[in-house]
Amino acid sequence: MSELPGDLTYTNEHEWLRQEEDGTVTIGITDHAQSALGDLVYVELPEVGQDVDGGGEMAVVESVKAASDVYAPISGEVVAVNEALSDDPEKINADPYGDGWIVRLRPSGDDGETMSPDEYQTFLDELED
Amino acid sequence: MPFIPHTEDEVEAMLGEIGAKSIDDLFDEIPRDLLIEDLHGVPDALSEQEISRLMRRRAARDRGALCFIGAGAYEHHIPAVVWDLATRGEFYSAYTPYQAEASQGTLQTIYEYQTMMTSLTGMDVSNASLYDGATSLAEAALMSVRANRKSKSRRVLLSAGVNHMYQKVATAIAGSQNLTFERLPLDTSTGSSDLSSLDKDSNAPVAVVIQQPSFLGTYEQVDKLTDWAHANGALVIAIVNPTTLSVLTAPGDWGEAGADIACGEGQPLGIPLSSGGPYFGIMASKEAIVRQMPGRIVGRTTDLDGNPGFTLTLQAREQHIRRSKATSNICTNQGLMVTAATIYMSLLGPAGLRRVALTSQQQTAKLVALLTEIEGVDAAFSAPHFHEAVVRLDRPVGPVLEALAERGVLGGHDLSKSFPELGNALLVCATETKTDEDLEAYAGALRDVLGT
Repeated sequence: MSELPGDLTYTNEHEWLRQEEDGTVTIGITDHAQSALGDLVYVELPEVGQDVDGGGEMAVVESVKAASDVYAPISGEVVAVNEALSDDPEKINADPYGDGWIVRLRPSGDDGETMSPDEYQTFLDELED
Repeated sequence: MPFIPHTEDEVEAMLGEIGAKSIDDLFDEIPRDLLIEDLHGVPDALSEQEISRLMRRRAARDRGALCFIGAGAYEHHIPAVVWDLATRGEFYSAYTPYQAEASQGTLQTIYEYQTMMTSLTGMDVSNASLYDGATSLAEAALMSVRANRKSKSRRVLLSAGVNHMYQKVATAIAGSQNLTFERLPLDTSTGSSDLSSLDKDSNAPVAVVIQQPSFLGTYEQVDKLTDWAHANGALVIAIVNPTTLSVLTAPGDWGEAGADIACGEGQPLGIPLSSGGPYFGIMASKEAIVRQMPGRIVGRTTDLDGNPGFTLTLQAREQHIRRSKATSNICTNQGLMVTAATIYMSLLGPAGLRRVALTSQQQTAKLVALLTEIEGVDAAFSAPHFHEAVVRLDRPVGPVLEALAERGVLGGHDLSKSFPELGNALLVCATETKTDEDLEAYAGALRDVLGT
Protein backbone atom coordinates (compact mmCIF):
# COMPACT_ATOMS: atom_id res chain seq x y z
CA MET A 1 0.00 0.00 0.00
CA SER A 2 1.29 3.42 -0.93
CA GLU A 3 2.16 6.14 1.58
CA LEU A 4 -0.51 8.78 2.22
CA PRO A 5 1.04 12.25 2.60
CA GLY A 6 0.37 13.45 6.14
CA ASP A 7 -0.20 17.12 5.25
CA LEU A 8 -3.31 16.37 3.16
CA THR A 9 -6.95 15.63 3.93
CA TYR A 10 -9.02 13.13 1.96
CA THR A 11 -12.59 12.46 0.82
CA ASN A 12 -14.58 9.28 0.31
CA GLU A 13 -14.60 10.14 -3.43
CA HIS A 14 -10.83 9.50 -3.32
CA GLU A 15 -9.75 13.09 -3.65
CA TRP A 16 -7.08 14.90 -1.63
CA LEU A 17 -7.00 18.52 -0.48
CA ARG A 18 -4.01 20.65 0.46
CA GLN A 19 -4.55 23.90 2.39
CA GLU A 20 -2.20 26.49 0.83
CA GLU A 21 -0.76 29.43 2.74
CA ASP A 22 -2.65 31.97 0.60
CA GLY A 23 -5.99 30.49 1.70
CA THR A 24 -6.60 28.51 -1.50
CA VAL A 25 -7.02 24.75 -1.58
CA THR A 26 -5.29 22.45 -4.09
CA ILE A 27 -7.19 19.32 -5.08
CA GLY A 28 -6.25 16.11 -6.84
CA ILE A 29 -7.16 12.43 -6.85
CA THR A 30 -5.48 9.89 -4.61
CA ASP A 31 -2.97 7.21 -5.52
CA HIS A 32 -5.72 4.65 -4.91
CA ALA A 33 -7.99 6.43 -7.42
CA GLN A 34 -5.36 6.71 -10.16
CA SER A 35 -4.40 3.11 -9.73
CA ALA A 36 -8.04 1.96 -9.94
CA LEU A 37 -8.62 4.02 -13.09
CA GLY A 38 -5.49 2.83 -14.87
CA ASP A 39 -3.55 4.81 -17.46
CA LEU A 40 -5.19 8.20 -17.84
CA VAL A 41 -5.62 9.47 -21.38
CA TYR A 42 -7.53 12.70 -20.89
CA VAL A 43 -8.49 15.21 -18.23
CA GLU A 44 -11.33 17.66 -18.73
CA LEU A 45 -10.63 20.73 -16.62
CA PRO A 46 -13.02 23.47 -15.46
CA GLU A 47 -12.61 27.09 -16.51
CA VAL A 48 -10.60 29.43 -14.29
CA GLY A 49 -13.05 31.85 -12.67
CA GLN A 50 -15.85 29.28 -12.65
CA ASP A 51 -17.74 28.69 -9.38
CA VAL A 52 -18.16 25.10 -8.28
CA ASP A 53 -20.55 23.72 -5.66
CA GLY A 54 -19.42 21.27 -3.03
CA GLY A 55 -20.44 17.81 -4.24
CA GLY A 56 -20.89 19.04 -7.81
CA GLU A 57 -18.94 17.93 -10.86
CA MET A 58 -15.65 19.75 -11.27
CA ALA A 59 -13.55 17.78 -13.73
CA VAL A 60 -13.55 14.49 -15.65
CA VAL A 61 -10.65 12.05 -15.65
CA GLU A 62 -10.69 9.53 -18.46
CA SER A 63 -8.72 6.32 -18.72
CA VAL A 64 -8.89 3.71 -21.43
CA LYS A 65 -11.61 1.94 -19.49
CA ALA A 66 -13.65 4.63 -17.77
CA ALA A 67 -14.47 8.32 -17.64
CA SER A 68 -15.09 9.43 -14.06
CA ASP A 69 -16.27 12.68 -12.57
CA VAL A 70 -14.10 14.47 -10.07
CA TYR A 71 -16.45 16.10 -7.57
CA ALA A 72 -15.68 19.37 -5.84
CA PRO A 73 -15.14 18.48 -2.17
CA ILE A 74 -15.88 22.09 -1.19
CA SER A 75 -17.60 25.07 -2.77
CA GLY A 76 -15.45 27.79 -4.24
CA GLU A 77 -14.07 29.63 -7.20
CA VAL A 78 -11.58 27.96 -9.51
CA VAL A 79 -8.40 30.07 -9.28
CA ALA A 80 -6.07 27.74 -11.19
CA VAL A 81 -6.17 24.52 -13.18
CA ASN A 82 -3.24 22.26 -14.01
CA GLU A 83 -2.98 23.02 -17.74
CA ALA A 84 -0.05 20.61 -18.04
CA LEU A 85 -2.54 17.74 -17.70
CA SER A 86 -4.04 18.58 -21.10
CA ASP A 87 -0.89 17.31 -22.78
CA ASP A 88 0.29 14.93 -20.06
CA PRO A 89 -2.67 13.40 -18.23
CA GLU A 90 -0.37 10.58 -17.11
CA LYS A 91 1.22 13.01 -14.65
CA ILE A 92 -1.70 11.99 -12.41
CA ASN A 93 -0.58 8.34 -12.61
CA ALA A 94 3.07 9.20 -12.02
CA ASP A 95 2.72 11.77 -9.26
CA PRO A 96 -0.88 12.03 -7.97
CA TYR A 97 0.01 14.22 -4.96
CA GLY A 98 2.47 16.50 -6.78
CA ASP A 99 2.64 17.26 -10.52
CA GLY A 100 -0.72 15.52 -10.92
CA TRP A 101 -2.73 18.14 -9.00
CA ILE A 102 -5.93 19.09 -10.83
CA VAL A 103 -7.57 22.26 -9.53
CA ARG A 104 -6.95 25.07 -7.05
CA LEU A 105 -10.05 26.59 -5.43
CA ARG A 106 -10.68 29.65 -3.31
CA PRO A 107 -13.19 28.30 -0.77
CA SER A 108 -16.42 30.25 -0.52
CA GLY A 109 -18.11 28.54 2.40
CA ASP A 110 -17.81 25.84 5.00
CA ASP A 111 -15.33 23.06 4.57
CA GLY A 112 -16.81 19.83 3.30
CA GLU A 113 -16.35 16.60 5.19
CA THR A 114 -12.82 15.36 4.89
CA MET A 115 -10.74 12.64 6.50
CA SER A 116 -7.30 12.58 8.06
CA PRO A 117 -4.70 10.29 6.44
CA ASP A 118 -5.38 7.64 9.10
CA GLU A 119 -9.14 7.83 8.62
CA TYR A 120 -8.75 7.56 4.84
CA GLN A 121 -6.44 4.56 5.27
CA THR A 122 -9.10 2.88 7.42
CA PHE A 123 -11.70 3.75 4.75
CA LEU A 124 -9.51 2.12 2.09
CA ASP A 125 -8.93 -0.97 4.22
CA GLU A 126 -12.68 -1.37 4.69
CA LEU A 127 -13.23 -1.07 0.92
CA GLU A 128 -10.88 -3.95 0.37
CA ASP A 129 -12.66 -6.25 2.82
CA MET B 1 -24.10 -16.16 -33.19
CA PRO B 2 -26.98 -18.62 -32.52
CA PHE B 3 -30.03 -17.38 -30.65
CA ILE B 4 -31.04 -20.02 -28.14
CA PRO B 5 -33.99 -19.02 -25.97
CA HIS B 6 -34.25 -20.14 -22.37
CA THR B 7 -36.51 -23.11 -21.68
CA GLU B 8 -39.40 -22.73 -19.25
CA ASP B 9 -37.48 -24.87 -16.74
CA GLU B 10 -34.47 -22.55 -16.93
CA VAL B 11 -36.67 -19.49 -16.46
CA GLU B 12 -38.35 -21.12 -13.43
CA ALA B 13 -34.98 -21.99 -11.94
CA MET B 14 -33.62 -18.48 -12.37
CA LEU B 15 -36.76 -16.84 -10.94
CA GLY B 16 -36.63 -19.27 -8.01
CA GLU B 17 -33.00 -18.40 -7.34
CA ILE B 18 -33.73 -14.68 -7.02
CA GLY B 19 -37.08 -15.17 -5.29
CA ALA B 20 -39.35 -13.72 -7.96
CA LYS B 21 -42.67 -15.31 -8.88
CA SER B 22 -42.86 -14.25 -12.49
CA ILE B 23 -40.95 -12.23 -15.06
CA ASP B 24 -43.53 -9.45 -14.66
CA ASP B 25 -42.38 -9.10 -11.02
CA LEU B 26 -39.06 -7.84 -12.35
CA PHE B 27 -40.83 -4.83 -13.83
CA ASP B 28 -43.00 -3.96 -10.84
CA GLU B 29 -41.18 -0.65 -10.30
CA ILE B 30 -42.96 0.71 -13.37
CA PRO B 31 -46.01 2.61 -12.07
CA ARG B 32 -49.28 0.76 -12.79
CA ASP B 33 -50.84 3.75 -14.52
CA LEU B 34 -48.12 3.72 -17.17
CA LEU B 35 -48.86 0.16 -18.21
CA ILE B 36 -51.10 -0.53 -21.18
CA GLU B 37 -53.30 -3.62 -21.03
CA ASP B 38 -53.89 -4.01 -24.75
CA LEU B 39 -52.70 -2.16 -27.78
CA HIS B 40 -55.81 -0.56 -29.25
CA GLY B 41 -55.57 0.05 -32.94
CA VAL B 42 -53.07 -2.72 -33.58
CA PRO B 43 -54.82 -5.30 -35.73
CA ASP B 44 -54.72 -9.04 -35.12
CA ALA B 45 -51.73 -10.99 -36.35
CA LEU B 46 -51.74 -12.09 -39.98
CA SER B 47 -50.48 -15.35 -41.39
CA GLU B 48 -47.30 -15.38 -43.46
CA GLN B 49 -49.35 -15.73 -46.62
CA GLU B 50 -51.63 -12.84 -45.69
CA ILE B 51 -48.78 -10.51 -44.78
CA SER B 52 -46.89 -11.30 -48.00
CA ARG B 53 -49.98 -10.47 -50.03
CA LEU B 54 -50.48 -7.19 -48.13
CA MET B 55 -46.88 -6.08 -48.49
CA ARG B 56 -46.78 -6.98 -52.20
CA ARG B 57 -49.92 -4.93 -52.77
CA ARG B 58 -48.43 -1.93 -50.96
CA ALA B 59 -45.07 -2.24 -52.70
CA ALA B 60 -46.78 -2.27 -56.07
CA ARG B 61 -48.20 1.17 -55.38
CA ASP B 62 -44.63 2.55 -55.11
CA ARG B 63 -43.34 0.94 -58.26
CA GLY B 64 -43.28 2.35 -61.71
CA ALA B 65 -43.66 6.01 -60.86
CA LEU B 66 -40.97 8.45 -61.96
CA CYS B 67 -39.67 10.07 -58.77
CA PHE B 68 -38.62 13.72 -58.79
CA ILE B 69 -38.75 14.13 -55.00
CA GLY B 70 -35.52 14.86 -53.18
CA ALA B 71 -36.07 16.85 -49.98
CA GLY B 72 -33.55 14.94 -47.90
CA ALA B 73 -33.65 11.46 -49.48
CA TYR B 74 -32.37 10.83 -52.99
CA GLU B 75 -32.88 8.14 -55.60
CA HIS B 76 -29.43 7.32 -56.95
CA HIS B 77 -28.28 4.35 -58.96
CA ILE B 78 -26.98 1.63 -56.65
CA PRO B 79 -24.63 -0.83 -58.36
CA ALA B 80 -25.89 -4.40 -57.82
CA VAL B 81 -22.65 -5.44 -56.17
CA VAL B 82 -23.26 -3.04 -53.21
CA TRP B 83 -26.07 -5.02 -51.63
CA ASP B 84 -24.81 -8.33 -52.97
CA LEU B 85 -21.71 -7.84 -50.80
CA ALA B 86 -23.37 -6.00 -47.90
CA THR B 87 -25.86 -8.82 -47.32
CA ARG B 88 -23.20 -11.52 -47.09
CA GLY B 89 -23.38 -13.30 -43.76
CA GLU B 90 -20.06 -11.83 -42.63
CA PHE B 91 -21.49 -8.29 -42.77
CA TYR B 92 -25.16 -8.91 -42.15
CA SER B 93 -25.36 -7.79 -38.55
CA ALA B 94 -26.86 -4.48 -37.57
CA TYR B 95 -24.45 -3.61 -34.78
CA THR B 96 -20.79 -3.59 -34.03
CA PRO B 97 -20.38 -6.86 -32.15
CA TYR B 98 -20.02 -6.67 -28.39
CA GLN B 99 -16.78 -8.60 -28.57
CA ALA B 100 -15.68 -6.03 -31.09
CA GLU B 101 -12.03 -6.90 -31.62
CA ALA B 102 -12.93 -10.48 -32.50
CA SER B 103 -14.51 -9.09 -35.69
CA GLN B 104 -11.56 -7.44 -37.39
CA GLY B 105 -13.32 -7.34 -40.77
CA THR B 106 -16.28 -5.40 -39.37
CA LEU B 107 -13.96 -2.96 -37.62
CA GLN B 108 -11.85 -2.48 -40.75
CA THR B 109 -15.00 -1.68 -42.77
CA ILE B 110 -15.97 0.97 -40.22
CA TYR B 111 -12.41 2.32 -40.21
CA GLU B 112 -12.45 2.65 -44.01
CA TYR B 113 -15.87 4.35 -43.78
CA GLN B 114 -14.55 6.85 -41.22
CA THR B 115 -11.57 7.60 -43.47
CA MET B 116 -13.88 8.26 -46.43
CA MET B 117 -16.15 10.52 -44.38
CA THR B 118 -13.29 12.60 -43.02
CA SER B 119 -11.97 12.95 -46.56
CA LEU B 120 -15.38 14.11 -47.85
CA THR B 121 -16.12 16.50 -44.98
CA GLY B 122 -12.59 17.82 -44.50
CA MET B 123 -12.85 17.06 -40.79
CA ASP B 124 -10.29 15.26 -38.58
CA VAL B 125 -12.43 12.44 -37.19
CA SER B 126 -15.66 10.62 -38.01
CA ASN B 127 -17.69 8.26 -35.87
CA ALA B 128 -19.06 4.91 -37.04
CA SER B 129 -22.39 6.61 -37.97
CA LEU B 130 -25.57 7.58 -36.17
CA TYR B 131 -29.24 6.76 -36.61
CA ASP B 132 -30.19 9.17 -39.41
CA GLY B 133 -29.75 12.73 -40.63
CA ALA B 134 -32.35 14.30 -38.35
CA THR B 135 -31.01 12.72 -35.15
CA SER B 136 -27.47 13.58 -36.25
CA LEU B 137 -28.43 17.25 -35.93
CA ALA B 138 -29.82 16.67 -32.43
CA GLU B 139 -26.59 14.88 -31.45
CA ALA B 140 -24.46 17.61 -33.05
CA ALA B 141 -26.34 20.32 -31.15
CA LEU B 142 -25.91 18.49 -27.81
CA MET B 143 -22.25 17.88 -28.65
CA SER B 144 -21.74 21.59 -29.35
CA VAL B 145 -23.02 22.43 -25.86
CA ARG B 146 -20.59 19.96 -24.26
CA ALA B 147 -17.71 21.21 -26.41
CA ASN B 148 -18.41 24.93 -26.05
CA ARG B 149 -18.33 25.32 -22.29
CA LYS B 150 -17.32 28.97 -22.52
CA SER B 151 -20.73 29.79 -23.96
CA LYS B 152 -23.55 30.12 -21.47
CA SER B 153 -26.13 30.12 -24.26
CA ARG B 154 -28.49 27.22 -24.94
CA ARG B 155 -29.70 28.77 -28.18
CA VAL B 156 -28.84 27.16 -31.49
CA LEU B 157 -29.15 29.38 -34.56
CA LEU B 158 -30.15 27.66 -37.81
CA SER B 159 -29.64 28.89 -41.34
CA ALA B 160 -32.97 29.60 -43.06
CA GLY B 161 -32.77 26.52 -45.25
CA VAL B 162 -32.36 23.83 -42.58
CA ASN B 163 -34.69 20.87 -43.17
CA HIS B 164 -37.77 21.51 -40.97
CA MET B 165 -38.03 17.82 -40.08
CA TYR B 166 -34.49 17.94 -38.69
CA GLN B 167 -35.45 20.93 -36.54
CA LYS B 168 -38.53 19.10 -35.23
CA VAL B 169 -36.54 15.99 -34.33
CA ALA B 170 -33.72 18.01 -32.77
CA THR B 171 -36.25 19.97 -30.68
CA ALA B 172 -37.93 16.74 -29.55
CA ILE B 173 -34.59 15.25 -28.43
CA ALA B 174 -32.62 18.27 -27.22
CA GLY B 175 -35.51 20.50 -26.15
CA SER B 176 -35.77 18.63 -22.85
CA GLN B 177 -32.18 19.71 -22.17
CA ASN B 178 -33.26 23.32 -22.61
CA LEU B 179 -31.83 23.79 -26.07
CA THR B 180 -33.83 26.09 -28.31
CA PHE B 181 -33.58 26.25 -32.09
CA GLU B 182 -34.17 29.49 -33.97
CA ARG B 183 -33.99 30.21 -37.67
CA LEU B 184 -32.45 33.07 -39.56
CA PRO B 185 -35.02 34.76 -41.81
CA LEU B 186 -35.21 33.58 -45.43
CA ASP B 187 -34.41 36.00 -48.23
CA THR B 188 -37.29 35.01 -50.53
CA SER B 189 -35.61 36.42 -53.64
CA THR B 190 -32.41 34.33 -53.33
CA GLY B 191 -33.71 31.40 -51.24
CA SER B 192 -30.79 31.78 -48.80
CA SER B 193 -30.47 33.09 -45.26
CA ASP B 194 -30.93 36.81 -44.79
CA LEU B 195 -27.79 37.75 -42.86
CA SER B 196 -28.72 41.39 -42.26
CA SER B 197 -30.09 40.57 -38.79
CA LEU B 198 -26.80 39.02 -37.61
CA ASP B 199 -25.15 42.29 -36.59
CA LYS B 200 -28.08 43.08 -34.33
CA ASP B 201 -27.84 39.67 -32.67
CA SER B 202 -26.57 40.59 -29.22
CA ASN B 203 -27.32 37.23 -27.62
CA ALA B 204 -24.63 35.01 -29.16
CA PRO B 205 -25.75 31.41 -29.73
CA VAL B 206 -23.86 28.32 -28.56
CA ALA B 207 -23.78 27.03 -32.14
CA VAL B 208 -24.71 28.05 -35.66
CA VAL B 209 -26.08 25.33 -37.95
CA ILE B 210 -25.56 25.77 -41.69
CA GLN B 211 -27.17 23.42 -44.20
CA GLN B 212 -25.29 23.46 -47.53
CA PRO B 213 -26.78 23.11 -50.05
CA SER B 214 -29.89 24.27 -48.23
CA PHE B 215 -33.10 22.24 -48.11
CA LEU B 216 -34.21 24.48 -51.00
CA GLY B 217 -31.17 23.60 -53.11
CA THR B 218 -29.67 27.06 -52.67
CA TYR B 219 -26.24 28.12 -51.43
CA GLU B 220 -25.62 29.70 -48.06
CA GLN B 221 -22.75 32.15 -47.47
CA VAL B 222 -20.90 29.52 -45.49
CA ASP B 223 -17.62 31.45 -45.12
CA LYS B 224 -19.32 34.56 -43.78
CA LEU B 225 -21.61 32.61 -41.43
CA THR B 226 -18.74 30.46 -40.14
CA ASP B 227 -16.53 33.45 -39.40
CA TRP B 228 -19.43 35.32 -37.75
CA ALA B 229 -20.14 32.32 -35.52
CA HIS B 230 -16.53 31.92 -34.42
CA ALA B 231 -16.13 35.66 -33.81
CA ASN B 232 -19.16 35.46 -31.52
CA GLY B 233 -18.03 32.43 -29.53
CA ALA B 234 -20.29 29.92 -31.26
CA LEU B 235 -19.36 26.59 -32.80
CA VAL B 236 -20.33 25.80 -36.39
CA ILE B 237 -22.35 22.70 -37.30
CA ALA B 238 -22.55 21.84 -40.99
CA ILE B 239 -25.45 19.77 -42.37
CA VAL B 240 -24.25 18.26 -45.60
CA ASN B 241 -25.33 15.94 -48.39
CA PRO B 242 -22.30 13.65 -48.86
CA THR B 243 -22.84 13.34 -52.62
CA THR B 244 -22.54 17.08 -53.12
CA LEU B 245 -19.30 17.21 -51.11
CA SER B 246 -17.51 15.69 -54.09
CA VAL B 247 -18.02 19.08 -55.75
CA LEU B 248 -18.67 21.70 -53.04
CA THR B 249 -16.19 23.09 -50.51
CA ALA B 250 -15.84 20.71 -47.56
CA PRO B 251 -17.10 22.05 -44.18
CA GLY B 252 -13.55 21.74 -42.83
CA ASP B 253 -12.57 24.52 -45.24
CA TRP B 254 -15.44 26.93 -44.52
CA GLY B 255 -14.31 30.41 -43.45
CA GLU B 256 -11.06 31.03 -41.63
CA ALA B 257 -11.20 28.07 -39.25
CA GLY B 258 -13.68 25.63 -40.80
CA ALA B 259 -16.84 24.12 -39.33
CA ASP B 260 -16.42 22.32 -36.00
CA ILE B 261 -18.91 19.50 -36.59
CA ALA B 262 -20.33 18.06 -39.80
CA CYS B 263 -23.48 15.96 -39.78
CA GLY B 264 -26.14 14.86 -42.22
CA GLU B 265 -27.98 12.06 -43.95
CA GLY B 266 -25.92 9.22 -45.40
CA GLN B 267 -28.73 7.68 -47.46
CA PRO B 268 -27.55 9.06 -50.84
CA LEU B 269 -24.50 6.77 -50.58
CA GLY B 270 -25.97 3.50 -51.79
CA ILE B 271 -29.06 3.20 -49.58
CA PRO B 272 -32.42 2.74 -51.35
CA LEU B 273 -35.29 5.13 -50.57
CA SER B 274 -37.30 2.18 -49.14
CA SER B 275 -40.20 4.28 -47.83
CA GLY B 276 -38.02 6.29 -45.46
CA GLY B 277 -35.53 3.97 -43.83
CA PRO B 278 -33.38 2.50 -42.51
CA TYR B 279 -30.93 5.27 -43.35
CA PHE B 280 -27.84 6.40 -41.44
CA GLY B 281 -26.52 9.61 -39.92
CA ILE B 282 -23.12 11.10 -40.57
CA MET B 283 -21.03 12.79 -37.91
CA ALA B 284 -17.49 14.13 -38.17
CA SER B 285 -15.65 16.77 -36.16
CA LYS B 286 -12.41 18.51 -35.40
CA GLU B 287 -10.03 16.45 -33.31
CA ALA B 288 -10.01 19.00 -30.48
CA ILE B 289 -13.60 18.10 -29.55
CA VAL B 290 -13.55 14.38 -30.39
CA ARG B 291 -14.15 13.41 -26.74
CA GLN B 292 -17.55 15.05 -26.90
CA MET B 293 -18.53 13.09 -30.02
CA PRO B 294 -21.24 10.47 -29.46
CA GLY B 295 -21.04 6.96 -30.80
CA ARG B 296 -18.33 4.51 -31.68
CA ILE B 297 -14.98 5.24 -33.27
CA VAL B 298 -12.67 2.59 -34.67
CA GLY B 299 -8.93 3.18 -34.53
CA ARG B 300 -6.00 1.49 -36.20
CA THR B 301 -3.25 0.13 -34.00
CA THR B 302 -0.68 -2.65 -33.74
CA ASP B 303 -0.91 -5.75 -31.58
CA LEU B 304 1.78 -7.13 -29.27
CA ASP B 305 3.53 -8.79 -32.21
CA GLY B 306 3.54 -5.57 -34.22
CA ASN B 307 0.78 -6.67 -36.62
CA PRO B 308 -1.69 -3.98 -37.72
CA GLY B 309 -5.19 -4.33 -36.30
CA PHE B 310 -8.36 -2.38 -35.58
CA THR B 311 -9.93 -1.58 -32.25
CA LEU B 312 -12.83 0.36 -30.79
CA THR B 313 -11.38 3.48 -29.26
CA LEU B 314 -12.61 6.38 -27.09
CA GLN B 315 -15.28 4.14 -25.59
CA ALA B 316 -15.00 5.53 -22.07
CA ARG B 317 -17.87 7.97 -22.62
CA GLU B 318 -20.24 5.49 -24.23
CA GLN B 319 -23.37 4.35 -22.48
CA HIS B 320 -22.18 0.84 -21.58
CA ILE B 321 -19.47 2.43 -19.41
CA ARG B 322 -20.70 5.92 -18.55
CA ARG B 323 -24.40 5.01 -18.17
CA SER B 324 -26.61 8.08 -17.76
CA LYS B 325 -23.63 10.41 -18.24
CA ALA B 326 -22.77 9.00 -21.67
CA THR B 327 -22.33 11.45 -24.53
CA SER B 328 -25.48 9.95 -26.02
CA ASN B 329 -27.98 7.25 -25.24
CA ILE B 330 -29.28 6.84 -28.76
CA CYS B 331 -25.87 6.48 -30.35
CA THR B 332 -27.01 3.58 -32.52
CA ASN B 333 -24.67 3.09 -35.40
CA GLN B 334 -26.19 1.76 -38.56
CA GLY B 335 -23.62 -0.94 -39.28
CA LEU B 336 -25.29 -2.51 -42.28
CA MET B 337 -26.07 0.83 -43.95
CA VAL B 338 -22.49 1.95 -43.38
CA THR B 339 -21.20 -1.26 -44.93
CA ALA B 340 -23.28 -0.58 -48.04
CA ALA B 341 -22.16 3.08 -48.14
CA THR B 342 -18.51 2.07 -47.82
CA ILE B 343 -18.82 -0.40 -50.69
CA TYR B 344 -20.70 2.23 -52.74
CA MET B 345 -18.01 4.86 -52.15
CA SER B 346 -15.16 2.44 -52.92
CA LEU B 347 -16.85 1.44 -56.20
CA LEU B 348 -17.42 5.02 -57.32
CA GLY B 349 -14.27 6.64 -55.98
CA PRO B 350 -13.94 10.43 -55.81
CA ALA B 351 -14.30 10.83 -59.59
CA GLY B 352 -17.42 8.65 -59.74
CA LEU B 353 -19.10 10.43 -56.84
CA ARG B 354 -18.33 13.74 -58.53
CA ARG B 355 -19.91 12.44 -61.74
CA VAL B 356 -23.06 11.48 -59.81
CA ALA B 357 -23.28 14.96 -58.25
CA LEU B 358 -22.62 16.82 -61.50
CA THR B 359 -25.03 14.68 -63.54
CA SER B 360 -27.73 15.19 -60.88
CA GLN B 361 -27.12 18.92 -61.02
CA GLN B 362 -27.22 18.90 -64.81
CA GLN B 363 -30.48 16.93 -64.95
CA THR B 364 -32.10 19.13 -62.29
CA ALA B 365 -31.07 22.26 -64.23
CA LYS B 366 -32.51 20.76 -67.44
CA LEU B 367 -35.72 19.87 -65.61
CA VAL B 368 -36.11 23.40 -64.25
CA ALA B 369 -35.52 24.81 -67.75
CA LEU B 370 -38.18 22.49 -69.20
CA LEU B 371 -40.73 23.15 -66.45
CA THR B 372 -40.34 26.92 -66.46
CA GLU B 373 -41.11 26.97 -70.20
CA ILE B 374 -44.65 26.02 -69.16
CA GLU B 375 -47.06 28.89 -68.54
CA GLY B 376 -47.80 29.22 -64.83
CA VAL B 377 -44.42 27.78 -63.76
CA ASP B 378 -41.52 30.04 -62.76
CA ALA B 379 -38.14 29.62 -61.14
CA ALA B 380 -38.57 30.73 -57.52
CA PHE B 381 -35.13 32.27 -56.98
CA SER B 382 -32.73 34.46 -58.86
CA ALA B 383 -29.72 32.70 -57.30
CA PRO B 384 -28.05 29.49 -58.51
CA HIS B 385 -29.08 26.10 -57.15
CA PHE B 386 -27.42 22.74 -56.70
CA HIS B 387 -28.82 19.24 -56.97
CA GLU B 388 -32.43 20.37 -56.46
CA ALA B 389 -34.43 23.53 -57.08
CA VAL B 390 -37.65 25.37 -56.28
CA VAL B 391 -40.24 26.30 -58.89
CA ARG B 392 -43.36 28.35 -58.22
CA LEU B 393 -46.77 27.42 -59.60
CA ASP B 394 -49.72 29.72 -60.32
CA ARG B 395 -52.01 27.52 -58.19
CA PRO B 396 -51.87 25.36 -55.00
CA VAL B 397 -49.24 22.63 -55.25
CA GLY B 398 -51.07 19.76 -53.49
CA PRO B 399 -53.75 19.04 -56.14
CA VAL B 400 -51.17 19.38 -58.92
CA LEU B 401 -48.95 16.73 -57.28
CA GLU B 402 -51.93 14.41 -56.89
CA ALA B 403 -52.85 14.79 -60.55
CA LEU B 404 -49.22 14.16 -61.53
CA ALA B 405 -49.12 11.01 -59.40
CA GLU B 406 -52.15 9.71 -61.30
CA ARG B 407 -50.04 10.12 -64.42
CA GLY B 408 -47.16 8.14 -62.91
CA VAL B 409 -45.02 11.12 -61.92
CA LEU B 410 -44.01 11.94 -58.34
CA GLY B 411 -43.52 15.61 -59.06
CA GLY B 412 -41.61 16.90 -56.03
CA HIS B 413 -42.01 18.09 -52.46
CA ASP B 414 -44.76 20.59 -51.61
CA LEU B 415 -43.15 23.47 -49.69
CA SER B 416 -46.32 25.38 -48.87
CA LYS B 417 -46.50 24.06 -45.28
CA SER B 418 -42.81 24.27 -44.32
CA PHE B 419 -41.99 27.48 -46.23
CA PRO B 420 -45.33 29.33 -46.52
CA GLU B 421 -43.49 32.58 -47.29
CA LEU B 422 -42.61 31.11 -50.70
CA GLY B 423 -46.25 30.74 -51.79
CA ASN B 424 -47.11 27.85 -54.15
CA ALA B 425 -43.57 26.50 -54.11
CA LEU B 426 -42.50 23.06 -55.29
CA LEU B 427 -39.08 21.51 -54.61
CA VAL B 428 -37.94 19.33 -57.51
CA CYS B 429 -34.93 17.06 -57.94
CA ALA B 430 -33.66 14.96 -60.83
CA THR B 431 -30.73 12.67 -60.10
CA GLU B 432 -28.52 10.77 -62.54
CA THR B 433 -31.27 8.10 -62.62
CA LYS B 434 -33.46 10.38 -64.77
CA THR B 435 -32.91 10.40 -68.52
CA ASP B 436 -33.78 13.29 -70.82
CA GLU B 437 -36.89 11.32 -71.84
CA ASP B 438 -37.93 11.13 -68.17
CA LEU B 439 -37.60 14.91 -67.87
CA GLU B 440 -39.71 15.36 -71.02
CA ALA B 441 -42.29 12.96 -69.56
CA TYR B 442 -42.55 15.08 -66.40
CA ALA B 443 -42.89 18.30 -68.40
CA GLY B 444 -45.55 16.71 -70.59
CA ALA B 445 -47.54 15.48 -67.61
CA LEU B 446 -47.35 18.89 -65.91
CA ARG B 447 -48.48 20.64 -69.08
CA ASP B 448 -51.39 18.24 -69.19
CA VAL B 449 -52.31 18.84 -65.55
CA LEU B 450 -52.05 22.63 -65.77
CA GLY B 451 -54.09 22.59 -69.00
CA THR B 452 -51.65 24.67 -71.00
